[in-house]
Amino acid sequence: MSRLSTRICVALVLGSALLMAALNLYTNAGSPVHVPTYAVSLVGKYLSFAILALAVDLVWGFGGILSLGHAAFFALGGYAMGMYLMRQIGPRGVYGNAILPDFMVFLNYKELPWYWHGFDNPAFAIVMAIVIPGFLAVIFGFLAFRSRVSGVYLSIITQALTYALLLAFFRNDMGLGGNNGLTDFKEMFGLSLQADTTRAGLLVATAIALTLCLLVSRFVVASRFGKVLIAVRDSESRTRFLGYRPESYKLFVFVLSAIMAGIGGALYVPQVGIINPSEFSPANSIEAVIWVAVGGRGTLVGAILGAVLVNAGKTYLTGAFPEVWLFALGFLFILVTLLLPNGVLGMLQSRGKKDAS
Amino acid sequence: MTATGSILYLDGVSVTFDGFRAINNLSLVLAPGEMRAVIGPNGAGKTTMMDIITGKTRPDAGQVIFGAETDLTKLDEPAIAALGIGRKFQKPTVFEPLTVWDNLLLALSGDRRPRFTLWARETEDECQRIHDILKTIRLGAQIHRRSGALSHGQKQWLEIGMLLAQEPQLLLVDEPVAGMTDSETAQTAELLVEINRTRSVVVVEHDMAFVRALGVKVTVLHEGSVLSEGSIDHVSEDPKVVEVYLGR
Amino acid sequence: MTHLPRLLLLLALGLATAAIATPVSAQPATTTEAPDPFAGLASDSFDDVIAALGALAVSGNPQAGPTIAALQADSLYYGPDQALYIKTDSGYIDARTGKPATEMVEDDLSPVRVNNAVRRAMDAAKGGLDLSSPDPAIRQKAAEEVFKSRNPETISLLDRVIAQESLPGPKAVMQQARAAAQLTEGSGSDPARLADIAILRARGDMEAKSLLGSLHDKSPVVAAATAAAIASLERLEQIWSLAQGVFYGMSLGAVLLLAAAGLAITFGVMGVINMAHGEMVMIGAYTTFAVQEAIRSYDPTLFGASLFIAIPLAFLVSGGLGVVIERCLIRFLYGRPLETLLATWGLSLVLQQAIRSMFGPSNREVGTPQWMSGATQWGGLTITFNRLYIIIFAVVVIAALMMVLRYTALGLRMRAVTQNRRMAAAMGIRTPWIDAMTFGLGSGVAGMAGVALSQIDNVSPNLGQSYIIDSFMVVVFGGVGNLWGTVVSALTLGIVNKFLEPVAGAVLGKIVVLVALILFIQRKPRGMFPLKGRAVEP
Repeated sequence: MSRLSTRICVALVLGSALLMAALNLYTNAGSPVHVPTYAVSLVGKYLSFAILALAVDLVWGFGGILSLGHAAFFALGGYAMGMYLMRQIGPRGVYGNAILPDFMVFLNYKELPWYWHGFDNPAFAIVMAIVIPGFLAVIFGFLAFRSRVSGVYLSIITQALTYALLLAFFRNDMGLGGNNGLTDFKEMFGLSLQADTTRAGLLVATAIALTLCLLVSRFVVASRFGKVLIAVRDSESRTRFLGYRPESYKLFVFVLSAIMAGIGGALYVPQVGIINPSEFSPANSIEAVIWVAVGGRGTLVGAILGAVLVNAGKTYLTGAFPEVWLFALGFLFILVTLLLPNGVLGMLQSRGKKDAS
Repeated sequence: MTATGSILYLDGVSVTFDGFRAINNLSLVLAPGEMRAVIGPNGAGKTTMMDIITGKTRPDAGQVIFGAETDLTKLDEPAIAALGIGRKFQKPTVFEPLTVWDNLLLALSGDRRPRFTLWARETEDECQRIHDILKTIRLGAQIHRRSGALSHGQKQWLEIGMLLAQEPQLLLVDEPVAGMTDSETAQTAELLVEINRTRSVVVVEHDMAFVRALGVKVTVLHEGSVLSEGSIDHVSEDPKVVEVYLGR
Repeated sequence: MTHLPRLLLLLALGLATAAIATPVSAQPATTTEAPDPFAGLASDSFDDVIAALGALAVSGNPQAGPTIAALQADSLYYGPDQALYIKTDSGYIDARTGKPATEMVEDDLSPVRVNNAVRRAMDAAKGGLDLSSPDPAIRQKAAEEVFKSRNPETISLLDRVIAQESLPGPKAVMQQARAAAQLTEGSGSDPARLADIAILRARGDMEAKSLLGSLHDKSPVVAAATAAAIASLERLEQIWSLAQGVFYGMSLGAVLLLAAAGLAITFGVMGVINMAHGEMVMIGAYTTFAVQEAIRSYDPTLFGASLFIAIPLAFLVSGGLGVVIERCLIRFLYGRPLETLLATWGLSLVLQQAIRSMFGPSNREVGTPQWMSGATQWGGLTITFNRLYIIIFAVVVIAALMMVLRYTALGLRMRAVTQNRRMAAAMGIRTPWIDAMTFGLGSGVAGMAGVALSQIDNVSPNLGQSYIIDSFMVVVFGGVGNLWGTVVSALTLGIVNKFLEPVAGAVLGKIVVLVALILFIQRKPRGMFPLKGRAVEP
């Protein structure tokens, strides 16, 4: 069942991304089947969020770690990419400074801070989008899991972590654009970010990244490692008496998940054109958890489904009835936890079983 | 007394929770290959003793030595489990979402590190061992069932099977027959005796008929220390035991 | 005492010169024999008025005070023949006698004119008068003014009033003022200067320090004494600033404690992780707003009591809402902490949006009653009343909470249910009802906290969000299930935060505290005061 749903999911993600890209590029604007560029970027954004959701499902659904700070890893990946895109602006900024981004000129920086060096190289930036979230996850996870912080305690300190980062990134002294973050990007890999081909290319790239993340996650949870992980989730102390070290298992999956989230963030930023500290807000991380809960916790595919469904709903509602969105999201949290503990996918599966029997 | 010649050696062990002495100057020596029954009223410290041996609780004072000279108070649960001490809990705790097969697979002795389990494939040898255990615990027909769907007794047996798969030198068994039918109880006693042929066992139990059926040396705990020790007939005639436990 | 008249003369001059830039020594000839001190006032010459003010200040005339006060209030008029009248609501009175004036023609009167030099002279004359006022508080205040002026011309006046003074309080200030004037003047023997320095050192405040800092004595003994006095005053200043920091820290701690107190019940005692806790606080703040609105439109005289009306009301509103939430949502999620977390987070979004729809998205103005505004000085410590009352309120709330838990039947049942639910049920306690009441109690306390927070924070739908993470950190840091731990934890975090602020800045300080807390929880996952034993294991 899970193998089948994975295949269907991969086919849908890749197929629809390619189809949308093709319909955007190779049909005329007047054609009834034409897909406008904004829709391409919108779906690209959903798929970036789906990568984040997958990351959350990996730790929460299989490791039992309810991280309320996963958006922090997403945002860190995004900032790494944003720094590259910032450097790509070059002398085309408002102040025309070839080296310093506009906000640094505005804040009277005389030279580039040391941690900005290297980000003019796209490969370096992509590596950093993986290394920085991964490194933070190693440090945080090592400390947390070694001292057996778990359950809601862990949730609360992950939330405190992202909150601390939120406050830190709001500071102008961080040298990362403060309140406004990084924006006004011009091009990526030498291609204009406004061009339809770049947009379509980013959508396809995101779909491919999502597929790879899904396949890696599937491999991990299907392995003996994944079985131990489930054992840890359900009875951590029992696995310890069997001779396993739950902290190593949790740390591995936590870091893997943080890296995925970072990749999601790195793909998100060029498609929305901005990254600012609000991406660190605890609310974002919790929203990512609800995507997973809506789709179906511990199913991987459900996380992707949930991310796309909820975000599509958000796009529609915030456009049509802005004041209803928070009510809708709030009630979604309540209803899913009360009535749909296995999410949409779980409901479909149990209905499928009922029909079969 | 010294630790020489024993498989498990506890001397002068004490532990206090918020002023309450759960274990008070407890001493116990288990010979290799021995089976010992530990009885005592609620709150006598039986489970805390198990917690100390398996590394879940650190004692405030005293020695806990496994085999010739391994100091268990310095080790944590996985390290102690890796030494060859297995523990069965009072409530059956199997990994419910996993199948019977997977439960046993995870319990099989072997490399426990993530870098191994991530790439591990089941070997011929592992399959053979699992099949052997399944025969012992009589769950051959349930291989691919989710263990959460097993009956209470079957879960107890699966858990004993998982203990066997760990191939421990010392087994700690907490109330194995609680909630079992009479025939299941008798089968369990047989199984424990069978296991005891190759391994040392400590059984904590309330069920006196069961303890009698095991026919082994009995240690009576009371308020965290040893009240009496000897054969079941000896301890059941001990006036101190009669007063605090059996007399009630 | 034969020198007295001359002394007085000098004094009058001194006050006058102290007050104006140009000396008025041209005037003295007119005042040798018992002159009329009021005469000069009835003049259109500023110089005459200034001289007269100086004379009046030292005249000892009982009408001097009211006359100067009238001049300050622009209600002093003069007529022909140097007649002086004070204009009051009920007519004119004679300035010299204080009796109602009858034989005067209003049209002949002109106001006594005032310019800045006259104003300064007025203030100085008032100071001189106040030094011998019958009211000790006024005398002390006047002496403080003289102390600040450090005017050497006042020394002789001070000598006179010191001799007359019987109360120790004003007398000490007068002596300090004299010492300040003496030291500034610069003459005087070393022993006399040393004595003056000792007086200033004993005064022990910033003014004394800055005065000592302005001295440049050649004598090594005096210079050393000055330096020692300054060092001692600096130490004292540090101690006061430490105390000030502790006060600020305690007030922040009290805020944290109030925000976390309800959570200590719902999360600490019940184990329910309520992410909508902050919204209970927020609703308490909006209750205060609603109460004040109602008072403004029905009976504004009650405004001073608005908080006392709001406190029980906020308890009932938030507490009642808590009971509803427990019955409709949380009871279905017992034993599933992570699901509870998500559902209550959703609830918090709904509550925020509901308040936003009802009251609008912007900050609402919650007024501060008269008795809560302002500040008092206590030694080197500035104590603002709203902070002080919040500390007191936090103490009262916590004490009440502990009493409820310890001494009431409800508290006993709550503890019984949380310690052993099945046993409690077996003994006939209606556990669902206790759950609802406990949750209601925690939420009600949060509502009361909202009343307090409405006084120091913006009342907006986001109010609760800004406290929720802090509140959880406080409860976890203190050790879950331990109310004392929560108290210690809130105070510690408040004080640490306030002491980090000047060093690291407000935001960075908060980040440092958060990171330190994250690390602490990883070292001691069960907080500072953990419950121990087998029972706490999950």
